Amino acid sequence: MTEFTLDAAPKIVEPTLYELSSPGRVGVDFPEPDVPRAKLPDALLRKELPLPELSEVDVVRHFVKLSTFNYSVDSGFYPLGSCTMKYNPKINEDTARLPGFTNLHPLQPIETTQGALVLMFQLQEWLKEISGFDALTLQPAAGAHGEFTGVLIMRAYHQDRGDTKRIKMLIPDSAHGTNPATSAMSGLEVVQIPSDERGNVDLDALRAEADDTLVGMMLTNPNTLGLFDENVEEICQIIHDAGGLMYGDGANMNAMLGIAKMADLGFDVMHYNLHKTFSTPHGGGGPGSGPVGVTAALAPFLPAPIVAVVEEEAEGLPPLYGLVDPSKTVGRVKAFHGHFGVLVRAFTYIAMHGPDGLRDVSEFAVLNANYILARLRDTYHVPYDRICMHEFVAEGRWKDAPDVHALDIAKRLMDYGFHPPTNYFPLIVHEALMIEPTETENKVTLDAFIDAMLKIAEEAHSDPDLLHDAPHPENTPFGRLDEVKAAKDLVLCCWLPEDYGEQ
Amino acid sequence: MTYIPHSPKERDEMLATIGVEKLEDLFKAIPAAHRYPDLDLPPALTEMEAAAELSEIALANETTAELVSFLGAGVYNHYIPAAINHILLRGEFYTAYTPYQPEISQGTLQAIFEYQSMMAHLTGMDVANASHYDGSTAVAEAVNMAMAQFRGKRKRIVMSQGVHPQYRETTNTYTQFSDMEIVGAEAGSLSTPEALAELIDENTALVIVQYPDFFGRLFDYTKLGEAAHEKGALFCVVANPTALGLLKTPGEMGADMVVGEGQPLGIPMSYGGPYLGFFTTRNKYVRKMAGRLVGESVDSRGQRAFVLTLTPREQHIKRERATSNICSNQGLLALAAGIYMSLLGQTGMRHVAELCYHKAHYAAEQIANIPGFELCNPEPFFHEFTVCCPEPVADINEHLLEHGVLGGYDLGQDYPDMENHMLIAVTEKNSKEEIDALVAILSEVSHD
Repeated sequence: MTEFTLDAAPKIVEPTLYELSSPGRVGVDFPEPDVPRAKLPDALLRKELPLPELSEVDVVRHFVKLSTFNYSVDSGFYPLGSCTMKYNPKINEDTARLPGFTNLHPLQPIETTQGALVLMFQLQEWLKEISGFDALTLQPAAGAHGEFTGVLIMRAYHQDRGDTKRIKMLIPDSAHGTNPATSAMSGLEVVQIPSDERGNVDLDALRAEADDTLVGMMLTNPNTLGLFDENVEEICQIIHDAGGLMYGDGANMNAMLGIAKMADLGFDVMHYNLHKTFSTPHGGGGPGSGPVGVTAALAPFLPAPIVAVVEEEAEGLPPLYGLVDPSKTVGRVKAFHGHFGVLVRAFTYIAMHGPDGLRDVSEFAVLNANYILARLRDTYHVPYDRICMHEFVAEGRWKDAPDVHALDIAKRLMDYGFHPPTNYFPLIVHEALMIEPTETENKVTLDAFIDAMLKIAEEAHSDPDLLHDAPHPENTPFGRLDEVKAAKDLVLCCWLPEDYGEQ
Repeated sequence: MTYIPHSPKERDEMLATIGVEKLEDLFKAIPAAHRYPDLDLPPALTEMEAAAELSEIALANETTAELVSFLGAGVYNHYIPAAINHILLRGEFYTAYTPYQPEISQGTLQAIFEYQSMMAHLTGMDVANASHYDGSTAVAEAVNMAMAQFRGKRKRIVMSQGVHPQYRETTNTYTQFSDMEIVGAEAGSLSTPEALAELIDENTALVIVQYPDFFGRLFDYTKLGEAAHEKGALFCVVANPTALGLLKTPGEMGADMVVGEGQPLGIPMSYGGPYLGFFTTRNKYVRKMAGRLVGESVDSRGQRAFVLTLTPREQHIKRERATSNICSNQGLLALAAGIYMSLLGQTGMRHVAELCYHKAHYAAEQIANIPGFELCNPEPFFHEFTVCCPEPVADINEHLLEHGVLGGYDLGQDYPDMENHMLIAVTEKNSKEEIDALVAILSEVSHD
């Protein structure tokens, strides 16, 4: 455990906006009204508005300073497992910011938004083609939101058939936390299914739970160990035989583009993460986008609305695209039509890759992961060791270095200029280090990362404190955080000084 | 064009290290019958071609840049200061992941902390989370939070019909498989706080209203909040953040939660998203609130630093016992809103709100003078108001569009008792000339 001893007030590296504030400053001005002033509703006015006051240069320098504290894909290698931190092409930022898109109000008449609608329609078609599904919604805001949408659709399907006893969702023990959280949020009972020694779903355990109370199963494939479940078709068959539906968590689609279509494998519903697979940036936590594809049987239950041709092409006129509500829709899952700005980025990315380029993406993502695996497996124990897909999970521990944990390895990687892999997930691997390089990294970068990992393994045995004390001040602007203090003191907000305005 | 940097030589060296001959050998776990399917997609474009194609698609839209817009209904055409986009385009912000590694994520963490602070102060509340997807899902999460607070023992939600119709629809979607009951229609489309108070009973978990409401009307909800609290229910206000630059805060009215759509805070309309769901509450409910939270702490070097806190509430720790499944949120949009609020400050936020207020009142007064048109509602309003029209709104809007004007929202779409009711929004971007032009065209309608 890192010791946190404070013998003085903490040093402020960059003041907050509130500490930088000075009375009367403004960062942008607005004209005086060009209409007569109306009487303000005196009883409904606020007394004070304690927001900071800064000039534009104050604001810009503050945020530029803050930005220098961040590690990002633009600054270096980011092998964060399950997050697909690939390079985000700059052109996508430009196309999403075209004034013809950004100035569009979502409630404009469709006759004035045909550009946006044709783009969405086309993207729906492309995402259907890539996954093999028959229908698709672009509305969900993120992966977890897509999961929620998919689970609602599954429930609605069973209810529509009068099959009301189905309340159970099967989820492998390797699943993302969002899967059980989504099922619970949808009022379902979650049953965890163990993995077998090859990292596949344990088929006997699965069969034992496959009964007529099944809503279905949520399966990530490739799974969170980075392994393609070798029995996926049989799993789908078992679930279908029990009358359940197969949900595919598309978090790991970066291994599957042009490699296999999820619908062909037997899945009934699946969400994409456009912010992973199709390079829309993660934005420091969002926005994401989680389109959901379904088979024809589930299409009537998709959220409302979806984009469709509302008037066929005729007499030299192009078709008219519009928004329609599926016949048995579960309803809308958010306001308006989805994260349109994110959709434009994904559209640009797919258009530039084409079918061969997308397959290359997956092939090289898998090549990069297997290359790192091949070079690290003698040094780091890989509990489920076979050809991996776009990522793999190693253990960050050694019997002969008992004080070293995955966390220490992660922090030491920062000293070497790399973002750490995901650690402590999936839960079924002890001291997990989940490494996902993506296809956009070259061999030189991968070799440098591998060399750092090998060096750290040596250090773990020869000088473990190098790991315990990492990251070191010469390498990162901040050290390890006192998370206990954060949760105990719970300071979630700052204020202007009490004597503000009297200085 | 792909972004794959490998030379054929490097590829072959890597394959040799792995111990396979060709890329295809890596995919043997995939059932052979389904391996390497055809993808029927258009051929790849170069960057130059893609830029041209996307420009062409964008030009097929008629936007609020060319049209004069009076359309609001939850999404507002505000001026976005130039500095915001320049900061958002820093790769250090937009290509970073969720700040799970605080040593190398202090930029994102401090920016969220500052956003939380400004949002709490704007709404008059104690604490804000790091964001929800949008206004609609923030409302649905408020309902979830209230249900969790009462552990499902109270089953009634009183929701005003003055809450955005799409927010109500979203809430209905979220709650369709639960046994809770959402009431509010009984108080009428144009419900008053008094009428809503009548619906609160001992089984009510949450009372939820919008401020200004969907029709632009302003009420002081203090008494409604008291009525909710008397019965032990929670009280949530869905607020417009621009209006809060000027108006009494929901915090002052006793709200337990203030949620809403942050799009007006420097985020482009962008055909519906991505936007920013904001969520604020009282300190005593902070552990019940979903979503990420950034807290202040110190690092091992004695520096003030920030970190994601109270994470045991979240799905990646608590799994099926989490308060919500939310993971990705709207981080970059929260950053945009934070920059917006810091650029405008207390002066600018109030100034924009006043501009909206004065211009909307000028527009309302002028429209009310046109024969055949009248203001439907007597209550005070902020920057949006309802006009009763002599003809169907769709017909009027078609006429307006011919003159390059994007008319108001047709309320009859959501409220059957509001046929011929148009919801008109005016922001600081609408000039007097534009308002006068709208009035002139509407006058033609009344003469037709």
